[in-house]
Amino acid sequence: MSGPSGTTSGQPIVEVENVHKYFGSLHVLKGVGMTVQRGEVIVLIGPSGSGKSTLLRCINHLEKIDEGRIRLNGHPMGYREAAGRPVELREREVAKQRQDVGMVFQQFNLFPHLTALENITAGPLHVLRQKKEDAERNARQLLEMVGLPNKADAYPGQLSGGQQQRIAIARALAMRPALMLFDEPTSALDPEMITEVLDVMLKLSEQGMTMIVVTHEMGFAKAAADRIIFMDEGRIMEEAAADRFFTAPQHERTRQFLGKILH
Amino acid sequence: MPGWDWGAFFRYLVSPYLLEGAWTTIWLSAVVMTFGLLLGLLAAVMNMSKNRALQSIAGFYLWIMRGTPLLVQLIIIYTGLPQVGIKLNVVQSALLGLSLNEGAYLSEIIRAGILSVPRGQFDAARALGMDYSTLMRVIVLPQAARVIIPPLGNNFNGLLKTTSITSVISMEELLRRGQMLIQVDFRVLEIFTVAALYYLVMITAWGVVQRRLEAHFGRSVTPTAERKRTNGAGTANVGSARLDRREMEHDLR
Repeated sequence: MSGPSGTTSGQPIVEVENVHKYFGSLHVLKGVGMTVQRGEVIVLIGPSGSGKSTLLRCINHLEKIDEGRIRLNGHPMGYREAAGRPVELREREVAKQRQDVGMVFQQFNLFPHLTALENITAGPLHVLRQKKEDAERNARQLLEMVGLPNKADAYPGQLSGGQQQRIAIARALAMRPALMLFDEPTSALDPEMITEVLDVMLKLSEQGMTMIVVTHEMGFAKAAADRIIFMDEGRIMEEAAADRFFTAPQHERTRQFLGKILH
Repeated sequence: MPGWDWGAFFRYLVSPYLLEGAWTTIWLSAVVMTFGLLLGLLAAVMNMSKNRALQSIAGFYLWIMRGTPLLVQLIIIYTGLPQVGIKLNVVQSALLGLSLNEGAYLSEIIRAGILSVPRGQFDAARALGMDYSTLMRVIVLPQAARVIIPPLGNNFNGLLKTTSITSVISMEELLRRGQMLIQVDFRVLEIFTVAALYYLVMITAWGVVQRRLEAHFGRSVTPTAERKRTNGAGTANVGSARLDRREMEHDLR
Protein backbone atom coordinates (compact mmCIF):
# COMPACT_ATOMS: atom_id res chain seq x y z
CA MET A 1 0.00 0.00 0.00
CA SER A 2 1.23 3.47 -0.68
CA GLY A 3 1.01 5.71 2.33
CA PRO A 4 -0.85 8.98 2.59
CA SER A 5 2.31 10.76 1.54
CA GLY A 6 2.12 9.47 -2.02
CA THR A 7 -0.17 12.23 -3.16
CA THR A 8 -0.45 11.96 -6.88
CA SER A 9 -3.28 13.62 -8.68
CA GLY A 10 -4.93 11.59 -11.37
CA GLN A 11 -4.84 8.24 -9.58
CA PRO A 12 -8.20 8.08 -7.80
CA ILE A 13 -8.01 6.90 -4.21
CA VAL A 14 -11.20 4.87 -4.49
CA GLU A 15 -12.67 3.29 -7.61
CA VAL A 16 -15.90 1.39 -7.30
CA GLU A 17 -17.01 -0.50 -10.38
CA ASN A 18 -20.30 -2.30 -10.90
CA VAL A 19 -20.46 -3.61 -7.33
CA HIS A 20 -23.17 -6.05 -6.35
CA LYS A 21 -23.83 -7.22 -2.83
CA TYR A 22 -26.38 -9.69 -1.49
CA PHE A 23 -27.42 -10.44 2.07
CA GLY A 24 -28.91 -13.86 1.48
CA SER A 25 -31.60 -13.27 -1.11
CA LEU A 26 -31.63 -9.52 -0.46
CA HIS A 27 -29.91 -7.65 -3.28
CA VAL A 28 -28.59 -4.55 -1.47
CA LEU A 29 -26.12 -3.16 -4.00
CA LYS A 30 -27.13 -3.41 -7.64
CA GLY A 31 -24.21 -2.38 -9.76
CA VAL A 32 -22.80 0.62 -7.93
CA GLY A 33 -19.97 2.63 -9.41
CA MET A 34 -18.14 5.73 -8.24
CA THR A 35 -14.74 7.32 -8.15
CA VAL A 36 -13.19 9.41 -5.39
CA GLN A 37 -10.17 11.62 -5.90
CA ARG A 38 -7.69 12.50 -3.18
CA GLY A 39 -8.84 15.41 -1.07
CA GLU A 40 -12.47 15.05 -2.08
CA VAL A 41 -15.33 15.04 0.40
CA ILE A 42 -18.20 12.87 -0.77
CA VAL A 43 -21.52 12.82 1.03
CA LEU A 44 -23.71 9.76 0.49
CA ILE A 45 -27.39 10.23 1.12
CA GLY A 46 -30.49 8.21 0.50
CA PRO A 47 -33.44 6.59 2.25
CA SER A 48 -33.33 3.63 4.64
CA GLY A 49 -32.09 0.45 3.06
CA SER A 50 -30.67 2.19 0.03
CA GLY A 51 -27.30 0.54 0.62
CA LYS A 52 -25.19 3.53 1.66
CA SER A 53 -23.74 1.97 4.77
CA THR A 54 -23.19 -1.32 3.01
CA LEU A 55 -21.27 0.43 0.24
CA LEU A 56 -19.11 2.11 2.87
CA ARG A 57 -18.43 -1.21 4.56
CA CYS A 58 -17.53 -2.78 1.23
CA ILE A 59 -14.93 -0.10 0.58
CA ASN A 60 -12.81 -1.26 3.52
CA HIS A 61 -13.87 -4.86 3.00
CA LEU A 62 -15.82 -5.24 6.24
CA GLU A 63 -18.33 -6.73 3.82
CA LYS A 64 -17.37 -8.89 0.87
CA ILE A 65 -18.68 -7.91 -2.51
CA ASP A 66 -20.37 -10.49 -4.70
CA GLU A 67 -19.58 -8.91 -8.03
CA GLY A 68 -17.64 -5.99 -9.43
CA ARG A 69 -14.48 -4.30 -8.22
CA ILE A 70 -13.33 -1.88 -5.58
CA ARG A 71 -9.86 -0.41 -5.88
CA LEU A 72 -7.98 1.50 -3.25
CA ASN A 73 -4.99 3.45 -4.57
CA GLY A 74 -5.26 1.32 -7.69
CA HIS A 75 -5.13 -2.00 -5.81
CA PRO A 76 -8.18 -4.27 -5.62
CA MET A 77 -9.51 -4.10 -2.07
CA GLY A 78 -9.62 -7.48 -0.35
CA TYR A 79 -8.89 -9.40 -3.51
CA ARG A 80 -6.13 -10.14 -5.92
CA GLU A 81 -6.41 -11.10 -9.54
CA ALA A 82 -5.49 -14.68 -10.33
CA ALA A 83 -5.97 -15.75 -13.95
CA GLY A 84 -8.51 -13.00 -14.45
CA ARG A 85 -10.64 -14.06 -11.49
CA PRO A 86 -10.72 -12.30 -8.15
CA VAL A 87 -9.39 -14.38 -5.27
CA GLU A 88 -10.00 -13.16 -1.75
CA LEU A 89 -6.87 -12.08 0.06
CA ARG A 90 -5.76 -13.66 3.28
CA GLU A 91 -7.10 -12.00 6.36
CA ARG A 92 -3.69 -10.60 7.32
CA GLU A 93 -3.30 -8.96 3.89
CA VAL A 94 -6.74 -7.38 4.09
CA ALA A 95 -5.83 -6.07 7.54
CA LYS A 96 -2.79 -4.43 6.01
CA GLN A 97 -4.88 -2.75 3.33
CA ARG A 98 -7.30 -1.41 5.92
CA GLN A 99 -4.55 0.52 7.68
CA ASP A 100 -4.97 3.21 5.04
CA VAL A 101 -8.69 3.61 5.63
CA GLY A 102 -10.12 5.06 8.82
CA MET A 103 -13.71 4.35 9.77
CA VAL A 104 -16.12 6.05 12.16
CA PHE A 105 -19.27 4.20 13.15
CA GLN A 106 -22.77 5.26 14.03
CA GLN A 107 -22.48 3.58 17.44
CA PHE A 108 -18.90 4.83 18.00
CA ASN A 109 -17.69 1.30 18.87
CA LEU A 110 -15.05 2.57 21.24
CA PHE A 111 -13.27 -0.18 23.15
CA PRO A 112 -14.97 0.00 26.56
CA HIS A 113 -12.12 -1.66 28.45
CA LEU A 114 -9.59 0.94 27.31
CA THR A 115 -9.25 4.61 28.25
CA ALA A 116 -9.69 7.31 25.61
CA LEU A 117 -5.94 7.52 25.21
CA GLU A 118 -5.59 3.74 24.95
CA ASN A 119 -8.37 3.64 22.37
CA ILE A 120 -6.42 6.10 20.25
CA THR A 121 -3.08 4.35 20.67
CA ALA A 122 -4.45 0.82 20.13
CA GLY A 123 -3.91 0.92 16.36
CA PRO A 124 -0.52 2.65 16.34
CA LEU A 125 0.81 0.35 19.11
CA HIS A 126 -0.57 -3.00 18.03
CA VAL A 127 -0.80 -2.55 14.26
CA LEU A 128 1.89 -0.04 13.33
CA ARG A 129 4.17 -1.11 16.22
CA GLN A 130 4.97 2.48 17.11
CA LYS A 131 6.88 3.24 20.28
CA LYS A 132 4.63 3.92 23.23
CA GLU A 133 5.81 7.49 23.81
CA ASP A 134 5.40 8.36 20.11
CA ALA A 135 1.92 6.87 19.98
CA GLU A 136 0.88 8.69 23.15
CA ARG A 137 2.33 12.02 22.07
CA ASN A 138 0.43 11.76 18.81
CA ALA A 139 -2.72 10.66 20.66
CA ARG A 140 -2.58 13.72 22.93
CA GLN A 141 -2.29 15.96 19.88
CA LEU A 142 -5.34 14.27 18.42
CA LEU A 143 -7.24 14.71 21.70
CA GLU A 144 -6.39 18.39 21.48
CA MET A 145 -7.58 18.49 17.88
CA VAL A 146 -10.97 16.99 18.74
CA GLY A 147 -11.28 19.30 21.72
CA LEU A 148 -10.92 16.73 24.49
CA PRO A 149 -7.43 17.27 25.91
CA ASN A 150 -8.61 16.47 29.46
CA LYS A 151 -10.27 13.17 28.70
CA ALA A 152 -7.19 11.02 28.08
CA ASP A 153 -7.81 8.82 31.11
CA ALA A 154 -11.58 8.62 30.87
CA TYR A 155 -13.23 5.34 29.92
CA PRO A 156 -15.82 5.44 27.14
CA GLY A 157 -18.56 4.71 29.68
CA GLN A 158 -17.74 7.98 31.40
CA LEU A 159 -18.08 10.08 28.24
CA SER A 160 -21.11 11.54 26.49
CA GLY A 161 -22.05 10.30 23.04
CA GLY A 162 -20.57 13.34 21.34
CA GLN A 163 -17.33 12.96 23.27
CA GLN A 164 -17.16 9.26 22.44
CA GLN A 165 -17.62 9.95 18.75
CA ARG A 166 -14.87 12.57 18.78
CA ILE A 167 -12.55 10.04 20.46
CA ALA A 168 -13.56 7.54 17.79
CA ILE A 169 -12.55 10.03 15.09
CA ALA A 170 -9.22 10.57 16.85
CA ARG A 171 -8.75 6.79 17.06
CA ALA A 172 -9.22 6.45 13.31
CA LEU A 173 -6.94 9.43 12.55
CA ALA A 174 -4.15 7.99 14.71
CA MET A 175 -3.47 5.49 11.93
CA ARG A 176 -2.82 8.43 9.58
CA PRO A 177 -5.25 7.08 7.01
CA ALA A 178 -5.41 8.35 3.45
CA LEU A 179 -9.19 8.04 3.49
CA MET A 180 -11.83 8.40 6.18
CA LEU A 181 -15.21 6.67 6.07
CA PHE A 182 -18.01 8.03 8.25
CA ASP A 183 -21.04 5.79 8.70
CA GLU A 184 -23.81 8.05 10.02
CA PRO A 185 -21.52 9.53 12.63
CA THR A 186 -24.17 11.72 14.24
CA SER A 187 -27.30 9.56 13.93
CA ALA A 188 -26.99 8.07 17.42
CA LEU A 189 -26.33 11.42 19.09
CA ASP A 190 -28.59 13.70 21.06
CA PRO A 191 -29.23 16.87 19.05
CA GLU A 192 -27.07 19.13 21.21
CA MET A 193 -24.04 16.93 20.59
CA ILE A 194 -24.27 16.76 16.82
CA THR A 195 -22.55 20.09 16.21
CA GLU A 196 -19.41 19.23 18.19
CA VAL A 197 -18.87 16.15 16.03
CA LEU A 198 -19.68 17.93 12.76
CA ASP A 199 -17.24 20.70 13.69
CA VAL A 200 -14.42 18.17 13.95
CA MET A 201 -15.42 16.70 10.60
CA LEU A 202 -15.51 20.14 9.01
CA LYS A 203 -12.07 20.88 10.36
CA LEU A 204 -10.83 17.62 8.86
CA SER A 205 -12.29 18.42 5.47
CA GLU A 206 -10.64 21.83 5.53
CA GLN A 207 -7.32 20.12 6.20
CA GLY A 208 -7.76 18.26 2.94
CA MET A 209 -8.71 14.81 4.29
CA THR A 210 -10.39 12.56 1.76
CA MET A 211 -13.75 11.63 3.24
CA ILE A 212 -16.78 9.57 2.34
CA VAL A 213 -19.61 10.45 4.67
CA VAL A 214 -22.99 8.79 5.03
CA THR A 215 -25.15 11.35 6.77
CA HIS A 216 -28.45 13.17 6.86
CA GLU A 217 -26.87 16.39 8.03
CA MET A 218 -27.58 18.48 4.97
CA GLY A 219 -25.94 21.48 6.64
CA PHE A 220 -22.69 19.54 6.72
CA ALA A 221 -23.20 18.39 3.14
CA LYS A 222 -23.64 21.96 1.92
CA ALA A 223 -20.67 23.21 3.89
CA ALA A 224 -18.16 20.47 3.25
CA ALA A 225 -19.12 18.22 0.37
CA ASP A 226 -17.49 18.46 -3.03
CA ARG A 227 -19.96 16.00 -4.41
CA ILE A 228 -23.18 14.47 -3.22
CA ILE A 229 -24.25 11.01 -4.21
CA PHE A 230 -27.86 10.00 -3.85
CA MET A 231 -28.57 6.29 -3.51
CA ASP A 232 -31.89 4.52 -3.68
CA GLU A 233 -32.67 0.80 -3.67
CA GLY A 234 -29.07 -0.25 -4.09
CA ARG A 235 -28.31 2.06 -7.01
CA ILE A 236 -26.69 5.44 -7.39
CA MET A 237 -29.54 7.61 -8.70
CA GLU A 238 -27.79 10.91 -8.92
CA GLU A 239 -24.38 12.38 -8.40
CA ALA A 240 -23.64 16.09 -8.50
CA ALA A 241 -21.61 18.93 -7.10
CA ALA A 242 -23.09 20.02 -3.77
CA ASP A 243 -24.62 23.33 -4.90
CA ARG A 244 -26.16 21.87 -8.06
CA PHE A 245 -27.50 18.88 -6.16
CA PHE A 246 -29.67 20.97 -3.86
CA THR A 247 -30.73 23.65 -6.33
CA ALA A 248 -31.25 21.58 -9.46
CA PRO A 249 -31.71 17.90 -8.73
CA GLN A 250 -32.12 15.99 -11.98
CA HIS A 251 -33.91 12.87 -10.90
CA GLU A 252 -37.50 12.62 -9.75
CA ARG A 253 -36.54 10.31 -6.82
CA THR A 254 -33.96 12.85 -5.67
CA ARG A 255 -36.56 15.63 -5.70
CA GLN A 256 -38.96 13.49 -3.69
CA PHE A 257 -36.26 12.59 -1.16
CA LEU A 258 -35.03 16.15 -0.82
CA GLY A 259 -38.62 17.29 -0.46
CA LYS A 260 -39.03 14.94 2.48
CA ILE A 261 -35.85 15.85 4.30
CA LEU A 262 -35.47 19.53 3.55
CA HIS A 263 -38.65 20.68 5.29
CA MET B 1 -10.04 -48.83 67.55
CA PRO B 2 -13.34 -47.19 68.43
CA GLY B 3 -14.11 -43.49 68.92
CA TRP B 4 -12.74 -40.25 67.59
CA ASP B 5 -9.06 -39.66 68.37
CA TRP B 6 -8.27 -35.94 68.64
CA GLY B 7 -4.57 -36.64 68.94
CA ALA B 8 -4.55 -38.53 65.65
CA PHE B 9 -6.69 -35.84 64.03
CA PHE B 10 -4.19 -33.08 64.90
CA ARG B 11 -1.28 -35.24 63.86
CA TYR B 12 -2.84 -35.74 60.42
CA LEU B 13 -3.75 -32.08 60.21
CA VAL B 14 -0.05 -31.16 60.11
CA SER B 15 1.15 -34.32 58.40
CA PRO B 16 3.68 -33.46 55.67
CA TYR B 17 2.52 -36.58 53.83
CA LEU B 18 -1.03 -35.25 53.45
CA LEU B 19 0.17 -31.68 52.87
CA GLU B 20 2.25 -32.93 49.97
CA GLY B 21 -0.87 -34.58 48.59
CA ALA B 22 -2.72 -31.27 48.89
CA TRP B 23 0.11 -29.51 47.09
CA THR B 24 -0.13 -32.07 44.30
CA THR B 25 -3.84 -31.32 44.05
CA ILE B 26 -3.07 -27.61 43.73
CA TRP B 27 -0.38 -27.77 41.08
CA LEU B 28 -2.24 -30.45 39.16
CA SER B 29 -5.32 -28.21 39.06
CA ALA B 30 -3.29 -25.15 38.06
CA VAL B 31 -1.45 -26.92 35.24
CA VAL B 32 -4.64 -28.57 33.99
CA MET B 33 -6.41 -25.21 34.04
CA THR B 34 -3.63 -23.65 31.98
CA PHE B 35 -3.63 -26.42 29.37
CA GLY B 36 -7.43 -26.52 29.49
CA LEU B 37 -7.62 -22.81 28.76
CA LEU B 38 -5.30 -23.10 25.78
CA LEU B 39 -7.20 -26.12 24.45
CA GLY B 40 -10.51 -24.44 25.19
CA LEU B 41 -9.51 -21.24 23.38
CA LEU B 42 -8.31 -23.25 20.40
CA ALA B 43 -11.50 -25.31 20.30
CA ALA B 44 -13.67 -22.20 20.70
CA VAL B 45 -11.93 -20.38 17.86
CA MET B 46 -12.12 -23.49 15.66
CA ASN B 47 -15.77 -23.90 16.51
CA MET B 48 -16.53 -20.32 15.44
CA SER B 49 -14.39 -20.47 12.32
CA LYS B 50 -16.00 -20.43 8.90
CA ASN B 51 -13.93 -23.46 7.95
CA ARG B 52 -16.18 -26.53 8.10
CA ALA B 53 -13.30 -28.96 8.69
CA LEU B 54 -12.05 -27.02 11.72
CA GLN B 55 -15.61 -26.80 13.02
CA SER B 56 -16.05 -30.54 12.71
CA ILE B 57 -12.79 -31.32 14.49
CA ALA B 58 -13.76 -29.05 17.38
CA GLY B 59 -17.27 -30.49 17.44
CA PHE B 60 -15.96 -34.05 17.52
CA TYR B 61 -13.58 -33.22 20.37
CA LEU B 62 -16.37 -31.67 22.44
CA TRP B 63 -18.70 -34.55 21.67
CA ILE B 64 -16.24 -37.20 22.84
CA MET B 65 -15.00 -35.35 25.91
CA ARG B 66 -18.39 -34.26 27.17
CA GLY B 67 -20.11 -37.47 26.16
CA THR B 68 -17.98 -39.89 28.17
CA PRO B 69 -17.11 -39.98 31.88
CA LEU B 70 -13.75 -38.58 32.94
CA LEU B 71 -13.15 -41.79 34.85
CA VAL B 72 -13.44 -43.83 31.64
CA GLN B 73 -11.17 -41.39 29.79
CA LEU B 74 -8.49 -41.66 32.46
CA ILE B 75 -8.60 -45.43 32.55
CA ILE B 76 -8.39 -45.64 28.76
CA ILE B 77 -5.39 -43.29 28.72
CA TYR B 78 -3.48 -44.89 31.58
CA THR B 79 -4.49 -48.54 31.42
CA GLY B 80 -5.77 -48.98 27.89
CA LEU B 81 -3.30 -47.12 25.66
CA PRO B 82 -0.26 -49.23 26.63
CA GLN B 83 -2.02 -52.06 24.78
CA VAL B 84 -1.32 -50.17 21.51
CA GLY B 85 2.14 -49.15 22.56
CA ILE B 86 1.40 -45.68 23.99
CA LYS B 87 2.78 -45.71 27.51
CA LEU B 88 2.21 -42.65 29.65
CA ASN B 89 3.18 -42.49 33.28
CA VAL B 90 0.71 -41.56 36.00
CA VAL B 91 1.39 -37.83 35.97
CA GLN B 92 1.31 -37.63 32.17
CA SER B 93 -1.95 -39.58 32.05
CA ALA B 94 -3.56 -37.44 34.73
CA LEU B 95 -2.49 -34.20 33.03
CA LEU B 96 -3.59 -35.36 29.59
CA GLY B 97 -6.94 -36.76 30.70
CA LEU B 98 -7.90 -33.84 32.91
CA SER B 99 -6.70 -31.20 30.41
CA LEU B 100 -8.56 -32.73 27.47
CA ASN B 101 -11.69 -32.97 29.58
CA GLU B 102 -11.40 -29.50 31.08
CA GLY B 103 -10.61 -27.93 27.70
CA ALA B 104 -13.88 -29.20 26.28
CA TYR B 105 -15.93 -27.55 29.02
CA LEU B 106 -13.88 -24.36 29.00
CA SER B 107 -14.24 -24.01 25.24
CA GLU B 108 -17.98 -23.51 25.61
CA ILE B 109 -17.43 -20.90 28.32
CA ILE B 110 -14.86 -19.08 26.18
CA ARG B 111 -17.11 -19.26 23.15
CA ALA B 112 -19.97 -17.71 25.08
CA GLY B 113 -17.60 -14.99 26.27
CA ILE B 114 -16.44 -14.17 22.76
CA LEU B 115 -20.02 -14.14 21.49
CA SER B 116 -20.92 -11.66 24.23
CA VAL B 117 -18.64 -9.03 22.69
CA PRO B 118 -20.71 -6.80 20.37
CA ARG B 119 -20.10 -7.11 16.62
CA GLY B 120 -19.21 -3.43 16.48
CA GLN B 121 -16.06 -4.15 18.49
CA PHE B 122 -14.88 -6.57 15.81
CA ASP B 123 -15.71 -4.03 13.10
CA ALA B 124 -13.82 -1.25 14.87
CA ALA B 125 -10.77 -3.42 15.48
CA ARG B 126 -10.74 -4.65 11.87
CA ALA B 127 -11.18 -1.13 10.56
CA LEU B 128 -8.00 -0.18 12.45
CA GLY B 129 -6.17 -2.85 10.47
CA MET B 130 -5.90 -5.44 13.24
CA ASP B 131 -5.51 -9.05 12.12
CA TYR B 132 -7.49 -11.79 13.84
CA SER B 133 -4.98 -12.68 16.54
CA THR B 134 -4.34 -9.04 17.49
CA LEU B 135 -8.05 -8.34 17.51
CA MET B 136 -8.62 -11.32 19.83
CA ARG B 137 -5.73 -10.51 22.15
CA VAL B 138 -6.14 -6.76 22.44
CA ILE B 139 -9.85 -6.14 21.97
CA VAL B 140 -12.08 -9.19 22.23
CA LEU B 141 -10.64 -11.48 24.93
CA PRO B 142 -10.10 -8.73 27.53
CA GLN B 143 -13.78 -7.85 27.12
CA ALA B 144 -14.87 -11.48 27.00
CA ALA B 145 -12.95 -12.05 30.25
CA ARG B 146 -15.63 -10.23 32.21
CA VAL B 147 -18.16 -12.81 31.06
CA ILE B 148 -15.73 -15.74 31.15
CA ILE B 149 -14.19 -15.31 34.61
CA PRO B 150 -17.18 -16.17 36.84
CA PRO B 151 -17.98 -19.55 35.21
CA LEU B 152 -14.25 -20.14 34.77
CA GLY B 153 -13.72 -19.72 38.50
CA ASN B 154 -16.59 -22.08 39.08
CA ASN B 155 -14.87 -24.63 36.87
CA PHE B 156 -11.61 -24.27 38.74
CA ASN B 157 -13.47 -24.80 41.97
CA GLY B 158 -14.86 -28.01 40.50
CA LEU B 159 -11.48 -28.99 39.11
CA LEU B 160 -9.79 -28.81 42.54
CA LYS B 161 -12.21 -31.51 43.67
CA THR B 162 -12.33 -33.44 40.38
CA THR B 163 -8.58 -34.10 40.53
CA SER B 164 -9.43 -36.63 43.26
CA ILE B 165 -10.65 -38.92 40.48
CA THR B 166 -7.05 -39.39 39.37
CA SER B 167 -6.55 -41.41 42.54
CA VAL B 168 -7.92 -44.36 40.58
CA ILE B 169 -4.85 -44.31 38.35
CA SER B 170 -2.77 -43.94 41.53
CA MET B 171 -1.94 -40.25 41.10
CA GLU B 172 -0.77 -39.31 44.59
CA GLU B 173 -2.90 -36.26 45.16
CA LEU B 174 -4.72 -35.51 48.40
CA LEU B 175 -7.35 -38.25 48.28
CA ARG B 176 -4.90 -40.96 47.25
CA ARG B 177 -2.48 -39.95 49.99
CA GLY B 178 -5.33 -40.19 52.45
CA GLN B 179 -6.24 -43.67 51.21
CA MET B 180 -2.61 -44.76 51.46
CA LEU B 181 -2.35 -43.47 55.01
CA ILE B 182 -5.50 -45.37 55.95
CA GLN B 183 -3.94 -48.61 54.76
CA VAL B 184 -1.31 -48.11 57.47
CA ASP B 185 -3.27 -46.45 60.29
CA PHE B 186 -6.93 -47.44 59.70
CA ARG B 187 -8.07 -44.02 61.05
CA VAL B 188 -10.62 -43.49 58.27
CA LEU B 189 -12.71 -40.77 59.90
CA GLU B 190 -9.81 -38.63 61.13
CA ILE B 191 -7.82 -38.89 57.91
CA PHE B 192 -10.73 -38.15 55.58
CA THR B 193 -11.93 -35.34 57.82
CA VAL B 194 -8.52 -33.77 57.50
CA ALA B 195 -8.59 -34.31 53.73
CA ALA B 196 -12.03 -32.73 53.53
CA LEU B 197 -10.79 -29.76 55.58
CA TYR B 198 -7.87 -29.31 53.19
CA TYR B 199 -10.25 -29.24 50.24
CA LEU B 200 -12.39 -26.68 52.06
CA VAL B 201 -9.38 -24.45 52.70
CA MET B 202 -8.26 -24.66 49.06
CA ILE B 203 -11.73 -23.90 47.77
CA THR B 204 -12.18 -21.00 50.16
CA ALA B 205 -8.82 -19.51 49.23
CA TRP B 206 -9.72 -19.84 45.56
CA GLY B 207 -12.98 -18.01 46.23
CA VAL B 208 -10.98 -15.01 47.45
CA VAL B 209 -8.74 -15.08 44.38
CA GLN B 210 -11.75 -15.38 42.11
CA ARG B 211 -13.45 -12.30 43.58
CA ARG B 212 -10.23 -10.34 43.02
CA LEU B 213 -10.08 -11.50 39.40
CA GLU B 214 -13.68 -10.55 38.79
CA ALA B 215 -13.10 -7.11 40.28
CA HIS B 216 -10.00 -6.68 38.11
CA PHE B 217 -11.63 -7.59 34.83
CA GLY B 218 -14.78 -5.68 35.61
CA ARG B 219 -12.99 -2.48 36.58
CA SER B 220 -13.01 -0.43 33.39
CA VAL B 221 -16.65 -1.09 32.80
CA THR B 222 -17.90 -0.26 36.25
CA PRO B 223 -19.55 3.00 35.18
CA THR B 224 -21.66 0.93 32.86
CA ALA B 225 -25.10 2.45 32.59
CA GLU B 226 -24.26 4.62 29.60
CA ARG B 227 -22.00 2.09 27.94
CA LYS B 228 -24.48 -0.75 28.09
CA ARG B 229 -27.15 1.37 26.54
CA THR B 230 -25.09 2.47 23.56
CA ASN B 231 -23.39 -0.86 23.02
CA GLY B 232 -26.65 -2.72 23.22
CA ALA B 233 -28.13 -0.53 20.55
CA GLY B 234 -24.98 -1.08 18.51
CA THR B 235 -25.39 -4.82 18.54
CA ALA B 236 -28.96 -4.72 17.46
CA ASN B 237 -28.11 -2.37 14.67
CA VAL B 238 -25.20 -4.23 13.24
CA GLY B 239 -27.13 -7.46 13.47
CA SER B 240 -29.77 -6.21 11.10
CA ALA B 241 -27.45 -6.34 8.11
CA ARG B 242 -27.19 -2.56 8.27
CA LEU B 243 -30.28 -1.69 6.47
CA ASP B 244 -30.12 1.88 7.62
CA ARG B 245 -33.46 1.65 9.27
CA ARG B 246 -32.99 4.52 11.68
CA GLU B 247 -32.22 6.93 8.93
CA MET B 248 -35.38 8.78 8.27
CA GLU B 249 -35.94 9.81 11.83
CA HIS B 250 -32.80 11.81 12.04
CA ASP B 251 -32.82 14.67 9.66
CA LEU B 252 -31.48 18.12 9.52
CA ARG B 253 -32.93 20.81 11.62
